[in-house]
Amino acid sequence: MIEQVQNPALEIHDLTVSYDKKPVLWGIDLSVPKGAIAGIVGPNGAGKSTLIKSVMGLVPLSSGYVKIFDEELNTVRKRVSYVPQRESVDWDFPASVLDVVMMGRYSKVGLMRRLRKADLEAARYALQQVGMEKFEKRQISQLSGGQQQRVFLARALTQQADIYFMDEPFAGVDAATEKAIIQLLKEMASQGKTVIVVHHDLQSVATYFDWIIMLNLRLVASGPTEKAFSQELLEETYGGKLTLLTEVGELMKKGQYPTREKQ
Amino acid sequence: MKEVFIEFFGMQNPNVRYVVLGSVLLSISSAIVGCFTFLKKKALVGDVVSHAVLPGICLSFIVTGTKDPFMLIIGAFITGWLSILVMDYIVQNSKIKEDTATGLALSVFFGIGILLLTVIQHSGNAAQSGLDSFLFGKAAALIGKDLLAFGLIAIVILATVFLFYKEFKLICFDPDYAEAIGVPVKKMEMLLTSITVMAVVTGIQAVGVVLMAAMLITPAAAARFWSDRLSFMLVLASIFAALSGVSGAFISYTTPSMPTGPWIVMVLSLIAVFSFFFAPGKGIIIKLLKRRKIQMQLLEENLLKSFYKIGEITEDFKAARSNAELKEVRRFSSGQFREGLNRLAKQGFIKRNNGTWSLTAEGLQKGRRVVRLHRLWELYLTKYLRIAPDHVHEDAETIEHVITPELEARLEKLLEYPDEDPHSSNIPYN
Amino acid sequence: MNDLIIIVTGSLVAICCGILGCFLILRKMAMVSDAISHAVLPGIVIAFMLGSDLDSIWMLVGAGLVGVFTTFLIEFFHRQGKLQTDASIGVTFTWLFAIGVIMVSYYAGDAHIDQDCVLYGEIAYVPIDPIITDSGSVLGPKALIVLSIVLLVILAVILPFYKEFFLTSFDPAYAAAIGISATIWHYLLMSLVSITTVASFESVGAILVVAFLIVPPATAYLITTRLHHMIGLSCVFGILAAILGYYIAYWIDGSIAGAMATVAGLNFGFVFGWTQIKKARPVTSPPISQD
Repeated sequence: MIEQVQNPALEIHDLTVSYDKKPVLWGIDLSVPKGAIAGIVGPNGAGKSTLIKSVMGLVPLSSGYVKIFDEELNTVRKRVSYVPQRESVDWDFPASVLDVVMMGRYSKVGLMRRLRKADLEAARYALQQVGMEKFEKRQISQLSGGQQQRVFLARALTQQADIYFMDEPFAGVDAATEKAIIQLLKEMASQGKTVIVVHHDLQSVATYFDWIIMLNLRLVASGPTEKAFSQELLEETYGGKLTLLTEVGELMKKGQYPTREKQ
Repeated sequence: MKEVFIEFFGMQNPNVRYVVLGSVLLSISSAIVGCFTFLKKKALVGDVVSHAVLPGICLSFIVTGTKDPFMLIIGAFITGWLSILVMDYIVQNSKIKEDTATGLALSVFFGIGILLLTVIQHSGNAAQSGLDSFLFGKAAALIGKDLLAFGLIAIVILATVFLFYKEFKLICFDPDYAEAIGVPVKKMEMLLTSITVMAVVTGIQAVGVVLMAAMLITPAAAARFWSDRLSFMLVLASIFAALSGVSGAFISYTTPSMPTGPWIVMVLSLIAVFSFFFAPGKGIIIKLLKRRKIQMQLLEENLLKSFYKIGEITEDFKAARSNAELKEVRRFSSGQFREGLNRLAKQGFIKRNNGTWSLTAEGLQKGRRVVRLHRLWELYLTKYLRIAPDHVHEDAETIEHVITPELEARLEKLLEYPDEDPHSSNIPYN
Repeated sequence: MNDLIIIVTGSLVAICCGILGCFLILRKMAMVSDAISHAVLPGIVIAFMLGSDLDSIWMLVGAGLVGVFTTFLIEFFHRQGKLQTDASIGVTFTWLFAIGVIMVSYYAGDAHIDQDCVLYGEIAYVPIDPIITDSGSVLGPKALIVLSIVLLVILAVILPFYKEFFLTSFDPAYAAAIGISATIWHYLLMSLVSITTVASFESVGAILVVAFLIVPPATAYLITTRLHHMIGLSCVFGILAAILGYYIAYWIDGSIAGAMATVAGLNFGFVFGWTQIKKARPVTSPPISQD
């Protein structure tokens, strides 16, 4: 069940990603329509985060290409935002909530330029959107997990992008935050923004997402939730372990075979 | 030169004997301890301790007023241990991270040491001269009494490692598991730290404060390139260390202006760099050679595949083919093309007859196998990975070279010996 | 007058190191700076061999390159050789330092660089080593002038690009995602650390420059919540160490640089102790509510 769409927000074509020559994603082909809230699900080690990182250009591609709004990432970078995993940074860093949210404006402001009043107001507005306006002076280490996640979200919001990639925004957050975040995502989608989320909890898939991407080293399904989120495909994603594929991957790492032959 | 060589290795001169024996003893004991700290990913602890012993030595001198090696070693041992405790305490009780705590303990203890040392030096006490040898080492001036101390400490270290080998191995490899099966992890770690401090305290007298870290880390790092087994790693690290100990002593014996300690480290580092490039399995050059071998394998198999594909079209697999015919199936660079064909001819997979080439029976079988694997993998990708048929070719171009006969058998069984690939090409069996 | 020159020199070292050190410890690269400070030794010896005293600027440029090379080598061993980072640091800097010491012994006598100076410098000599122009007028103590230039360079790099250094230190993945390459800022910072090390070398030596790079920033880190406060405070702590250190050394007749590092350590001890006491009685800190 892989549905391709016309005029997509995100298009991934024949994407293979390897770590140390071992492919961790094989031949991914998918497209996501504009205005969708798409969830990426799959077991641990299925390559969910890797998929987002490869879209953001943070890991090298072994084959294939990624297009956002039918353009290369570098030409549309200002329309793209990214929320990394909360654990990926050191929250003891001496920065206030406002400092972190303002980072979202850096690419708009440009090199060597100072932040302007408009940037400050955009940051305050984003904080309001995530319900954190009272905390702008607080040091980030004094926040709860959910509040930290809201700060990261606010930082992405200040970018005023058209497509958002979020790596496990619901991991380790309280129920109130989760509810607030999903509310916000739905609002964003209604304004025509596209949101792509790595997600862990299968219970909430049907209510949160209108598009679903099921991943386990390879793409199992990509399509509207009501069509793609089926028992059979879930079993294939979480159950069917492709030992042959894993072993071939190991062999490639051991022999340091090139992922793609030079033509 | 030859005479110097005989003179040195004859060891008639007691001074030479002291220096060589001393260097070797402490090189080996640091190397062995270093293997454990290396595996515990605490390689820089040795660096901290070596800087932290200086205040201990100075305090010990201030208190006792003598340069008795045993008294100095006791003082050094105490502050060396203290630095590790301070470091751990800071990391556990504040947001300061390990690397910062390491640098902090290292530089502050050393600063205090330098302050005390200069105060002693300026005090006009005649007995103090020679204390600064701890800064840079004095391997070339080792005397009998030093050797006795080194020997004793080396024996203690080796005996400890010998007795607690199993436990040390476990706490380096998996401390949680060690805890679970009842190994007294805390005590073992304290014991390991103690012998680390001991090794540093002795080693520092030969190579000095800064280079002591190398005596612990470098042999272990070099040995790691050659072995995945701890026991073998320990032996190798000791050999590397002993070799550098002797070479260092020899170099400074032949050229008296050359310091022993830095040369020991120099030789050690060269061994490490050599291992880094040339060790089998992990060395960079070896990896490059391996990569070239694989490129050759790909080239040969691609050529045989071309022969087979022409055979498929003409329904005659063994007929002679010209270069032009082969190049039509697949593009090869002309250098590679010639090299590949020559290699195949030499190995007996193809025959040459006046400028044309034909497959032998073995070549045909091998070419057929590559084509079979290619098509089987394409089918596997479309069937099990749901990849569109027009996207599977490139992936199969690589995987056809990777699959082992064992995997091939499983692939055939899984796909139930199919006749056709996703593009309706025939899958050839033997 | 000489007191003042020594104190000002020490303070300049403290400021340069205080600024850079904050970024270093926040990037968890404290030990890389330790490695760089040792590894520049061969570069310094070569510069001593080649040039006269007036070539200080070229020495700084050379040192910048050596520092970047060291960082590169550490990463090369780590990436290509799969050697763990701590071991990679240890192997690299001891090797380069050994080369340096061997060179020092080889050229002993030819140059006024000796082993003691390498480890703990001699800040007391700063006032008697002036730069004299061709026309014969005295410009001032060499170390003072060189350090002032280095401070200007640091400010000229950090001030305009403060937000880039801030972001790449906190969240390099996000920085890369919005198109700010972490690599450039990484190597730029490492070059600044290298030239600071070399400029401070003669005054405080290789190891005590590490004390200035790490200890005052670590002290400030304990009690600040904003990066620019941390930088400011670490400069203050550094200057404090320089002043008190000088007078203590004068008083007990010991190494000035050693005394400065000792004071920096004591300073850290007091602040650390204070935070521990405060932590034990958390009544004063405001409660954190959910909303």
